[in-house]
Amino acid sequence: MEKFAWLIPALPLIGFLFSIFFGKKVSKTVVASVASIFVLIPFILTVAIFIPFISVAEAEAIRIPLLEWINIGKLTVNYSIQLDQLSLMMMLVITGVGFLIHVYSAGYMHDDDGFHRFFAYLNLFIFFMLVLVMGSNFLMLFIGWEGVGLCSYLLIGFWYKNMDYNKAANKAFIMNRIGDLGLLLGIFLIYLRFSSFEYSRIAYEAIDIAIGDPIITTITILLFIGAIGKSAQLPLFTWLPDAMAGPTPVSALIHAATMVTAGVYLIIRTNILFTLAPFTQEIIMFVGLATALFAATIGLKQNDIKKVLAYSTVSQLGYMFFALGLGAYTAAYFHLFTHAFFKALLFLGSGSVIHAMSGEQDLRKMGGLKKALPITHATFLIGTIAIAGLPPLAGFFSKDQILASAFAHHPVLWIMGVLGALMTAFYMFRLYYLAFHGSFRGTHEQEHHLHESPKTMTFPLVILAVMSVIAGFVNVPEVLGGGHWLDNFFTPLLAGTTLILEENVHAHLSHTVEYILMGSSVLAVLAVIFYARIRYKNNGHVPAEDSEPMSFLERLLSKKYYVDELYDSIVSNPVVKGAGLLYNYIEVNFIDRIVNGVGQLVVLSSRTARFMQTGNVGFYIFAMVIGALVILAANTFLH
Amino acid sequence: MENITQFTGALTINHYLFLSSVLFSIGVMGVLLRRNFIIIFMCVELMLNAVNILLAAFSRYNGNQSGQVFVFFIMVVAAAEVAVGLAILVMIFRNIRTTDINALKNLKW
Amino acid sequence: MITASLIALPFIAAILLLLLPGNLSKWAALTATIIQAAFTAYVIVIFNINEHNSLLSNAQFIIDQPWISSIGIRFFAAIDGISMLMLILTNFLLPLIVLSTWDRPINNSKLFYFLVLLMQGALVGVFVSLDGFLYYIFWELALIPIYFIVLLWGGENRVKITFKFFIYTLLGSLFMLAAIIWLYLQTGDLHSFGVDAFYNLNLDMVQQRWIFWAFFLAYAIKIPLLPFHSWQPDTYNTAPNAGTMLLSAIMLKMGIYSVMRWLLPIAPGAVMAYADLVIILCIIGIIYASWIAIGQKEIKRLFAWSSIAHVALITAGVFTLSRTGFQGALIQMLSHGVCAVGMFFVAEIILRRRGTYAFDKLGGIREKAPVFASVFLVITFGSAALPLTSGFIGEFLLLNSLYEYNFWYATFAGLTIILGAVYMLRAFKFSMLGAAEEGSVFQDLSFTEKLVFFPIVGLIIFLGVFPQFIFNLTDESVKYLITEINQHLATGL
Repeated sequence: MEKFAWLIPALPLIGFLFSIFFGKKVSKTVVASVASIFVLIPFILTVAIFIPFISVAEAEAIRIPLLEWINIGKLTVNYSIQLDQLSLMMMLVITGVGFLIHVYSAGYMHDDDGFHRFFAYLNLFIFFMLVLVMGSNFLMLFIGWEGVGLCSYLLIGFWYKNMDYNKAANKAFIMNRIGDLGLLLGIFLIYLRFSSFEYSRIAYEAIDIAIGDPIITTITILLFIGAIGKSAQLPLFTWLPDAMAGPTPVSALIHAATMVTAGVYLIIRTNILFTLAPFTQEIIMFVGLATALFAATIGLKQNDIKKVLAYSTVSQLGYMFFALGLGAYTAAYFHLFTHAFFKALLFLGSGSVIHAMSGEQDLRKMGGLKKALPITHATFLIGTIAIAGLPPLAGFFSKDQILASAFAHHPVLWIMGVLGALMTAFYMFRLYYLAFHGSFRGTHEQEHHLHESPKTMTFPLVILAVMSVIAGFVNVPEVLGGGHWLDNFFTPLLAGTTLILEENVHAHLSHTVEYILMGSSVLAVLAVIFYARIRYKNNGHVPAEDSEPMSFLERLLSKKYYVDELYDSIVSNPVVKGAGLLYNYIEVNFIDRIVNGVGQLVVLSSRTARFMQTGNVGFYIFAMVIGALVILAANTFLH
Repeated sequence: MENITQFTGALTINHYLFLSSVLFSIGVMGVLLRRNFIIIFMCVELMLNAVNILLAAFSRYNGNQSGQVFVFFIMVVAAAEVAVGLAILVMIFRNIRTTDINALKNLKW
Repeated sequence: MITASLIALPFIAAILLLLLPGNLSKWAALTATIIQAAFTAYVIVIFNINEHNSLLSNAQFIIDQPWISSIGIRFFAAIDGISMLMLILTNFLLPLIVLSTWDRPINNSKLFYFLVLLMQGALVGVFVSLDGFLYYIFWELALIPIYFIVLLWGGENRVKITFKFFIYTLLGSLFMLAAIIWLYLQTGDLHSFGVDAFYNLNLDMVQQRWIFWAFFLAYAIKIPLLPFHSWQPDTYNTAPNAGTMLLSAIMLKMGIYSVMRWLLPIAPGAVMAYADLVIILCIIGIIYASWIAIGQKEIKRLFAWSSIAHVALITAGVFTLSRTGFQGALIQMLSHGVCAVGMFFVAEIILRRRGTYAFDKLGGIREKAPVFASVFLVITFGSAALPLTSGFIGEFLLLNSLYEYNFWYATFAGLTIILGAVYMLRAFKFSMLGAAEEGSVFQDLSFTEKLVFFPIVGLIIFLGVFPQFIFNLTDESVKYLITEINQHLATGL
């Protein structure tokens, strides 16, 4: 089956070419079917490779070289594929969730003029994302890394007539590029240190390096900068909420389930290097935790349904990085895995709501949608419970594993983590109650139009809801009678880390402690949900209009801590203004003036010198004779 | 004929040098001091011929023919120069009705 | 013979073109450039990448005829890997440049195409000449047609701007001429202007420093590097777009090519000594030019500044004196050439349809002309070095070579990754995106315009996906260059 692995990324690429070149000539149904099938087949192929893979204990990674890319002396990079535990798991998520979102989009985008363009971009995205996770070296990763950035740019700015959306697209690409530079420099340093770009080679050599090696620390910091940009961590997170300008399926696929988790993938992929750099891990931990809390507080006061989900995504990504910083790589991946399902579900559900509301995204204009949208409501509720972390849904297990690792590290970290989880539960239930309960607050026209979405849209919702329920069972902890399947599956992946630390990376807590931790966090979450229910359902509280006076804290949160304004005033405005100043003062008035000055000097001196030409022939002859005499004299006396 | 060769044989190279420099100086002074451009022109010819004498003399003195070849060159050049120069002079005279070089002050800037 | 024909073909075509009636001249120019391109393709096929000989390792198709034999000037030319790459650049882009003028009638088109062909001949001459004197003649000859192209078909202020351009570049070349003559005098009894003689001079450090500055000044003005660049934006802006393409895509590369062919092997010690200085100058240039590009309010000026930033990175890569640096520089020259033709053609089409380059009068084009916008998008990302485009291969190798040289250089030069994206995306956003005004018209690409753009798009992607073909072509020459430099350094120090 591995022989056909190259087809997995190739098919979406073919789908892209088909939609771009022939999309306009065939019907929308054909475009959507072709695009979806070209993602479905890779999914089936992935499953076909995956099943034999899990049946072998600690299966070796499979590497398949495809084509020569760059070969200059010792600098050699090829197009090659690596299939191992991590890439296969990622591929399952990408193609699986990707396929569902393709199906969903067929309904969601049905009336859009850019239908074929949309599917072309989605296919291209799947291609690049697969390249990102399937590559066996850092340059393949970088192709995918920048490629998904391109698709993100194209899809955020999909409705290009709106200049704000274009601005958001540019912002996303440029912020990503800041991270990309870090990643690229990290890759250069890896090459300098290991003379190779191949993961296998690096893992092989890294085992002998001492912990805390400064070069490795530098490498990991640079890689982490890349991850910050792509995964929207502090301080480069502001592009992700703006990225909600894209169509909702895009938000679900790219800005929740797959692309933004590339940073997590990168760090798990190079876990051995990060294990060697405890200093970087500390940084990652704090950045992750800070992002988780920071974004969660902003989420509390947002009124745009997609913005709430966006900040929630930033916050959940923060959780994953928190776990990575703690060295709990499997926990981070586990959360990535479950998050992909319930966040995609939530985004698609919100898309369904927006679809029903004829494009309205403001929670204050919704309410009481439960009756009109029964399937959307049910699935959305499942997603909300899953993200809030109530057992036995997916979010509970993954979040619990992260919290357990945090507690093993330091109890204060656990408290912070729980705090984040509580805020998540609050804003998610706030969103849920505001949208689905109470009375309808929109216009009559909107109310008249309310309808459940077509089957192509509800079908993915149901599947994702099922996954959100069961995905957590891949890694049920021992204490709840599970077998740590994912932990065991990832053992070969983390072999280097385990070897270096000479111990198992999993947190070791006594069962009693674990029960207490789980119990207390679940109870706290339930309390918060109850509070949200009273506030937004029973009391019918609706957030105030933006124009109404707010307390300082409220305003701070609803304005997202003024981070965008801060960046505008310290980075983007100075850059643009500075460009003008640089041009006017340095270029025109300094460099060019010197050049022109030299020219003018010549003109001026010649203007003076030409007065020696009196026009008097006698004078010329006289000068000539004098000149001849001088030459004669010089010749005589100087020798 | 014999007398002449005898007589010239008595002349040393210094005589030729002296004659030549005198002629050349006369030419120079003429060019510098006179105002009529026909006379200046003739003075230039005088200078050229002073050099010719010198070249011929040195050629004989050193027993090398190339000096005399040069004389012919100079004569040809001088003839060509006279042709062009006189043509210019005639044109100038037609235009400004004078042969005074001080009238030619437009050759500037 | 092949080398001589490559040089002669454009000149012959130029003269034949003068004999034809004016309405045929664009066809004649197109035919001539296509024949030349086909001929170049044939030369690539018969070019033996593994050849080894005493002259520049894999130099082939050598022609070595006495020309002015009394002072040792020869008609001495050959093609090695580096020259081959430059020929690809010149001869494959020329048909596209000619084609780019197709839809818009040109006054006195006979003279225009005559000058374009003359330019091509001179450029080919520069890239294959191995005799210093011959090289210098072609170098200056290339300046004359472009001067007239800008002067006669240029825009605003063209007299003043072309004058500055001409004098400035000529001044630079003067120093180079002096250096070439001096080198000739050093060859002693050999009486040769040949590269082989120049390479074997083994100058001492003081002499090398003088030679370095004389050559470097000429090249720095031509490339142009900060702070010798001030002729460039105005000239690009005022030149007709075909002229800008010639300047930016090909003529700039004369400078970088010459650094590799003439400066490095002759004065390796001085190059080594000044490498840091030059690289820092280049890095300042990258940031400076990119930054100014961000603030530009006209699309063509923005492209002009981006060009300065790109060539500065290429030059920095060359001065790392490493294999990856040279390879990166070579492929990036090709890539930048392709992108530059594309970018200035985009500017040309915008000018044709809208009559302006100013961003505040543009926008909403994507809605009306999706094919055009898609093509521009590919060029944008090619220029912004997205992986799988040609720009990435070049920038990746260049930055990698800088990184191996010095961490901080690469970090600052790497800002081009960010800044490049900023200005290119701004250009794309302001010109293409947004809603079109009511009733505005923007015709999508015509057939001939597609004929220009599709090869460009194809090349951008092809070179990004399969660059190895180019590396194989140039690898032998690059290796030779490095051993040559190392040998000199070993004997010199």
